[in-house]
Amino acid sequence: MQLLTVDALTVRFGGISALSDVGFTMDDREILSIIGPNGAGKTTLFNCISGVYQPTRGEILFQGESLLGLSPDRIAVKGIGRTFQNIRLFNNMTVLDNLMLGRHIRFRRNPLQAYLRIRTEELRHREKVEEVIGFLDLQAYRKMRVMDCPYGVQKRVELGRAIVMEPKLLLLDEPVAGLTAEEKNRVAYLVTEIRGRFGLSILLIEHDLRIVSRLADRMVVLNFGQKLTEGTPAEVQKNPEVIRAYVGEEA
Amino acid sequence: MVTFFQYLISGLSAGSLYALVALGIVLIYRSTRILNFAHGDKATVGTFVAFTLLSRDLPFYLALPISLVFGALLAMFFYFAIIVPAQRRDATILGQITITVGLSMVLQGALLFFWGTESQIMPFPLSDTRVWTVGPFYFNQLSIGTFLVGITGSILLYFLIQKTRLGLAMKATSENLAAAQTLGIPTRTVLATSWGLAALFGVLAGMFLAPALILDPFFMLEPFLKGFSGAILGGLNSLVGAVVGGLIIGIVENLSGGYISLEFKNTVPFLIIILVLLVRPEGLFGKEFKERI
Repeated sequence: MQLLTVDALTVRFGGISALSDVGFTMDDREILSIIGPNGAGKTTLFNCISGVYQPTRGEILFQGESLLGLSPDRIAVKGIGRTFQNIRLFNNMTVLDNLMLGRHIRFRRNPLQAYLRIRTEELRHREKVEEVIGFLDLQAYRKMRVMDCPYGVQKRVELGRAIVMEPKLLLLDEPVAGLTAEEKNRVAYLVTEIRGRFGLSILLIEHDLRIVSRLADRMVVLNFGQKLTEGTPAEVQKNPEVIRAYVGEEA
Repeated sequence: MVTFFQYLISGLSAGSLYALVALGIVLIYRSTRILNFAHGDKATVGTFVAFTLLSRDLPFYLALPISLVFGALLAMFFYFAIIVPAQRRDATILGQITITVGLSMVLQGALLFFWGTESQIMPFPLSDTRVWTVGPFYFNQLSIGTFLVGITGSILLYFLIQKTRLGLAMKATSENLAAAQTLGIPTRTVLATSWGLAALFGVLAGMFLAPALILDPFFMLEPFLKGFSGAILGGLNSLVGAVVGGLIIGIVENLSGGYISLEFKNTVPFLIIILVLLVRPEGLFGKEFKERI
């Protein structure tokens, strides 16, 4: 069974079609990248999958179940975590608290049970959080307020907060945007590591074609809300339509 | 000196109730940026429910929780029936604030319809004519009860917010709603709880204010405005600020009523608000909002 199936997805804002008839599927433990120029509808697609927007038409199936009509928090519980293009953290809280909040849905539902086992529970969550802190090299920032952390660190905190949720599918919206060349390489390395270590699938939006080609198993190219093509990075890069969309008309 | 402490005592007692009112206002403001102008009227409705129950000889220990829950449910209903649909239609914050002004009028109308304009006397187990003397000081039963209720309420709320998972979810929701949602926090339910909790505190304040004041459909107007002032004084988004602000308003009100003139009792707190806003717009405990450019 496919992990994620997007079928004939259409989103209209007034008269503008942000997405029209976009469809693709995703396998378990795959890294799939959505690429395309600005305004191609990449983030709109993410917002549909995570429940922020309701599509006008089409279907989104996650592990065979439809996600349409579910609120973002229900979708998160189903096992989809995400990061945002413009970082959305709890700025007045520490890095540690931000990550602990990522464990919210993993706490026991039964309040009595939670009360009786509160110690072991808390410890279990702390272990997971510490593991991710170590993995993302955030030890030095644990007790710092997010607001006071450098941009690159904030990006990693947001990534970490999504990982500790232990989702099956991770949506990353431009994880390397705004980072220095060195940081970019580091995050790119982390993304492939995440799949191996935490065993999840990653849907990734990225502008930097060089980095994406290194990371992704397959790519879906969007342009003006429509799917241009999909395939392996090598196939996509050779596609003349993709070159036209990115570079413009050939002289 | 003795009179000074006497004023201080009655100030703390009144202030602790203003603190409860202020907590309700801050709770809503900090999670939604809405100034809830219907806060006082929801409290009035809950207090009138308590009045009716107590007049029918229901024991106080039953009437109190029933009225608190009634107020909370009313506020949650208001949130789901009016605020949520307005937000779905992309209402601005100002629009939503205006809705609460409208609701305040609707509730006032309903109060007049169901309970009439006549002033009532609230049957209450505590009385302000039962007085204890400790040395040179007088303590009346009602103001001690009031003070204890105000402080206990504030402390309970503090623990709820600081020590429970619901409190953490409330903090996360108020700081970044979209992020909270993507972590699987049911933000609608969390916000509805905040509305309910705020109203609950309002009704609690109303029930303990009613015996000291005259119970009529508009009796919460003044306490609401003072709670509001306390909230602004403390810095609208700080819960600690709301408590401190409320207490200060209560004390200042009683001191100015005692030392200047009774006519000034209601004016001085508002003069303070104007001064605070001029000197320290973010309030005593508020954090200055600085946008990073």
